[in-house]
Amino acid sequence: MNVLHFIQQNWDQVVELTLEHLWLVGLSTLLACLIGIPLGVAIARRKGLSRPVLGGANIIQTIPSLALFGFLLPVPWLGTSADRLAILALTLYALLPIIRNTYTGIRGVDPAVVEAARGMGMTESQILFQVELPLALSVILSGVRTAVVIAVGLATIAAAIGAGGLGEFIFRGLAMVDNRVILAGAIPAALLALLADFGVGRLEKSLRPR
Amino acid sequence: MDGIAPGIPHRVAIERNPNSYEIPAVRIFIPDLPRMKGKRPTANFGILTVMPSADSRPLIEFRDVSYRVAGTDVLSGFNLEVQSGETVVLLGRSGSGKTSTLKLINRLLSPTSGEVRVKGVPTTQSDVIRLRRGIGYVIQDVGLFPHFTVERNISLVPRIEGWSIERIRARVRELMQMVGLPPEMLSRYPHQLSGGQRQRVGVARALAADPEILLMDEPFGALDPLTRDDLQREFLALQKRLRKTVVFVTHDLREAVRLASRIALMEAGQLVAVLSPDEFLRSDNPWAAAYVRAFGDGLESGRNRGTP
Repeated sequence: MNVLHFIQQNWDQVVELTLEHLWLVGLSTLLACLIGIPLGVAIARRKGLSRPVLGGANIIQTIPSLALFGFLLPVPWLGTSADRLAILALTLYALLPIIRNTYTGIRGVDPAVVEAARGMGMTESQILFQVELPLALSVILSGVRTAVVIAVGLATIAAAIGAGGLGEFIFRGLAMVDNRVILAGAIPAALLALLADFGVGRLEKSLRPR
Repeated sequence: MDGIAPGIPHRVAIERNPNSYEIPAVRIFIPDLPRMKGKRPTANFGILTVMPSADSRPLIEFRDVSYRVAGTDVLSGFNLEVQSGETVVLLGRSGSGKTSTLKLINRLLSPTSGEVRVKGVPTTQSDVIRLRRGIGYVIQDVGLFPHFTVERNISLVPRIEGWSIERIRARVRELMQMVGLPPEMLSRYPHQLSGGQRQRVGVARALAADPEILLMDEPFGALDPLTRDDLQREFLALQKRLRKTVVFVTHDLREAVRLASRIALMEAGQLVAVLSPDEFLRSDNPWAAAYVRAFGDGLESGRNRGTP
């Protein structure tokens, strides 16, 4: 019995776990954007902050993911729900590329354009929302793209703490020493990563300033 | 002269130079003169000068302004008055402080000491956003927003000022005509335009909310000579009609002589001379003379090169 056959037989479960996976990735990326983009803007404004913030995000990135899940397990409110915990950990991992690209994107906007905007009497928030963010958008999105791909991969590990997702198949397959089961989790996960990469890439291209 | 301007004299001033026995100049200030369309607000009848009364106070004033960055003087002891309706050209070499002078007017920079007054109010005491929206700003090429169409670029200040859509649309059409651009360009992006067209858009954008003051920082510097010549000619025609108060930065003496009411010559952060174009060309001020020589020599050596 080959992999495709196995997937076909367990189709309902594959769909369910894929949706769980998407939920983990989607929510954590969204949270990472909500935290990372404002943080990236803030450190682009105050250069003194950029080093500690980027450094901190970098350190988080270097913690082995399984260890991070383990660290967070005893935290009171978090530890009681595997979903909560997984989403927090994935959000932390997705932060770095988003913060860094927002920072790079905003700093990369031609200072002459920003000065022209200021000279014309735009307020700081008008400059941010009408000039800087739109011009930095494609760079920010390429950070989001990296973050999504990282999250899709890492979310498979979330199954280790019982948060579900396609990792369930992978861990089950490992325990059963059954490649078909592993692949039933790995293939959809890989497809998800490719799809997300392609989708955000398209979005990024269509928004690139000419 | 096509008749005396209508209007009631507001104030009559007699100016007498105490060191001379010449007949004093008589100035008649007429209050609504600046609003007369298509007429020069200043008419000269020999010794009789008719001037708009609002002009009795300079629109822009530098009072002993210094601007210092990291211990170096970019500008020091700078005094200059710009009257309503005149074009003052700041002329000087790179790094002489021309652009800083310009940015002190719309408070992109604030003076280290002294004060800059616009319409009588020190810039540091006025609402900076209001101040800037009342001043058109044109810079070399890059200032257009690359992600906005020509239409959005031009209508930026009216839009953030909350004009109605119809009013904005009408104003944009008017401006496009004013700067000589066809309406089909409205939907283009800056990168789809030539350098000259971009600069026209820049001028239109600066004029959009009809500001009294226009600051222009080497607006024609990056253009080829023929396009520059066109734009300079159109600038003069436009200025004759609109009578904005213009402060214009350039290092090109020819441009300065062509466009200026007065030339303010700068050197190493100081104002070394303020002269009319004619005075400038005849001046024995060493800096001015050096400028005239540099440009004159350039032309002659060019001519000499033609004959081997």
